[in-house]
Amino acid sequence: MTDDQPVLEIRDLRVTFPTESGPVQAVRGVDVTVGPGEMLGVVGESGSGKSVTFLAAMGLLPKTAQIEGSVKVHGHELIGMNNNEMRKQRGKRISMIFQDPLSALNPTHRIGHQISEMVRSHTDLTKPQAWDRAIELLELVGIPQPRTRVSQYPHEFSGGMRQRVMIAIAIANDPDVLIADEPTTALDVTVQAQILDVIQNIQHNFRASVVFITHDLGVVARIADRVQVMYAGRTVERGDVESIFRNPTHPYTRGLLASLPALGRERLTPIPGAPPNMLRPPSGCAFRPRCPYAEEICAGEIPVLRPLLGLETACVRAEELLVVAGPT
Amino acid sequence: MNAVASELNGDRSTTTPVLEVSNLVKEFPIRSLQGVRVIRGLVQAVSNISFSIDGGTTLGLVGESGSGKSTVARCVLQLLVPTSGSVKYNGIELVGMSRKTIQPLRQEMQMVFQDPYASLDPRLTVGNAIAEPLQVHKVPGKHSDRVAELLELVGLAPDHAKRFPHEFSGGQRQRVGVARALALEPKLIVLDEPVSALDVSIQAGVMNLLQDLQARLGLSYLFIAHDLSVVRHISDTVAVMYLGKMMEIGPSELIYNGPMHPYTQALLSAAPEPDPMIERQRKRIVLTGDVPSPVNPPSGCRFRTRCPKAQDVCADEEPLLIDHGGGHRVACYFPEAVSIHAPTLARS
Repeated sequence: MTDDQPVLEIRDLRVTFPTESGPVQAVRGVDVTVGPGEMLGVVGESGSGKSVTFLAAMGLLPKTAQIEGSVKVHGHELIGMNNNEMRKQRGKRISMIFQDPLSALNPTHRIGHQISEMVRSHTDLTKPQAWDRAIELLELVGIPQPRTRVSQYPHEFSGGMRQRVMIAIAIANDPDVLIADEPTTALDVTVQAQILDVIQNIQHNFRASVVFITHDLGVVARIADRVQVMYAGRTVERGDVESIFRNPTHPYTRGLLASLPALGRERLTPIPGAPPNMLRPPSGCAFRPRCPYAEEICAGEIPVLRPLLGLETACVRAEELLVVAGPT
Repeated sequence: MNAVASELNGDRSTTTPVLEVSNLVKEFPIRSLQGVRVIRGLVQAVSNISFSIDGGTTLGLVGESGSGKSTVARCVLQLLVPTSGSVKYNGIELVGMSRKTIQPLRQEMQMVFQDPYASLDPRLTVGNAIAEPLQVHKVPGKHSDRVAELLELVGLAPDHAKRFPHEFSGGQRQRVGVARALALEPKLIVLDEPVSALDVSIQAGVMNLLQDLQARLGLSYLFIAHDLSVVRHISDTVAVMYLGKMMEIGPSELIYNGPMHPYTQALLSAAPEPDPMIERQRKRIVLTGDVPSPVNPPSGCRFRTRCPKAQDVCADEEPLLIDHGGGHRVACYFPEAVSIHAPTLARS
């Protein structure tokens, strides 16, 4: 899968928000690579920088945000584009679906209008043609009776159906990369299962590259080919989904997995403490203050990703820990 | 705390359940847009629900949005007046009690809310927030000592009492919420999605705390959550609701190892497991469609419109909750125990 040219390539992305108390370093040097037809799961807790990374890639951060680094889709650099240029890329090269579909849809316009608007902004289709395309897209995302539904308003749709509409809008122009930011978090589990199916079908049928951002490790296990674990604005570990869950090398990944309720687990193992304040992140490894294996060496330089056992890990003590901490 | 623990354990709960809910019904009027006095119809949010909780045990209530689980919680605490049915606390009927007579009983039944950001007053110090129930119920003694004791009990430091909610993380705030609920030495705590707003690494700590407190103080929990793995972890009994009806109820291990209702099976099979191997091999029951409107619920079994097993009989008459052994009760005409989870899951 790595022989192919990457579709999305993010290099050393840094995002800083100036605040009254000083600069908040939300993203501190993140690399992301997504190949054709690949589903990358991005996992992290609140404040890990997972959403900010991809909002930066979409050009959707407020003007005050300072963005450095590179975001390329099929080799085209997106960082540094002005608003007009970026608008042409969004929906075509890179497209996004959000957690809350109701606030992302315009309540005063028919669903068909909102989809065909998106279609027409990137093509020469006439209004009737774009309307037909909207019906086609609704059918594609599994909305029953698309001919009726296309002229309805958002409030006439349930949560799951609205999220399907959002997906239809996002894939309307066959984007190179689809970014799904917690798209099922607000949904009930039986509806979540349906939406995951829709996204997976799009991935398989159109060989779409998808980035799936979530805090739910169950969803990642179900849907992702590769996983990238983020903490305090950096990637701490990444690799194929099976290795990440079977043999995690980073103490944070291990900690996350150990804190989940599982059959036969009488007692859960929380990660002590709380994520760091990004106004003043700790020196060296940001996970150090919460890490049971932290030593002096961890306070030195910020650890970078390096290969280990088929994964890439950002823990300087990873090899020792395989012996000290044992298998998970 | 030992005095408290022994006092709580040596109570009358050995035979009478701490909480006994029978045939609980709660209807809400749908008011017309023309005027609030005009009632267009009724929504039956909770329809004939019965369950009981023994002393020192946990009942997990699961269901999707609109299933009525939070309405049950509010009816139990008499924050909402049930339309009909009975709610007994330690054998005492609460429905129909006057506000005055119920007031002393409220000390023994407390609630922990979902959102630790919204449920604490930002202008009250944490110490004052925890002491507030003590003042309301005019508990004698030095309240600051009790606050310090409670903060320690939930794993915070006594000097945290002087701080304000914004100085705490989400997990710490939820601990404050628990401390406040414990202030009046309750016997029953209703927890409405207590960990769903928390990150997983923090959630584990709060879950452990709840289990420790239960063991130490002999508390009974009514635990409401949509996360099935969290409910499995903490519950002795599990009840599954759908559109205001009880679909299945029974001992946790029976429900999770051999769910008999097609809805429970679909719920369990829809919840992804944090294990890619299992996820790849799993057979999934994916329900089609959405939950129907509670204003106009389906006739007979309310789940039948989405049920893969539905037959004509399901539309005609509502299935009764029937005991299939060991207290495992199911409301379905075609119950059949199915194993949803692969047995290789445990790897702690």
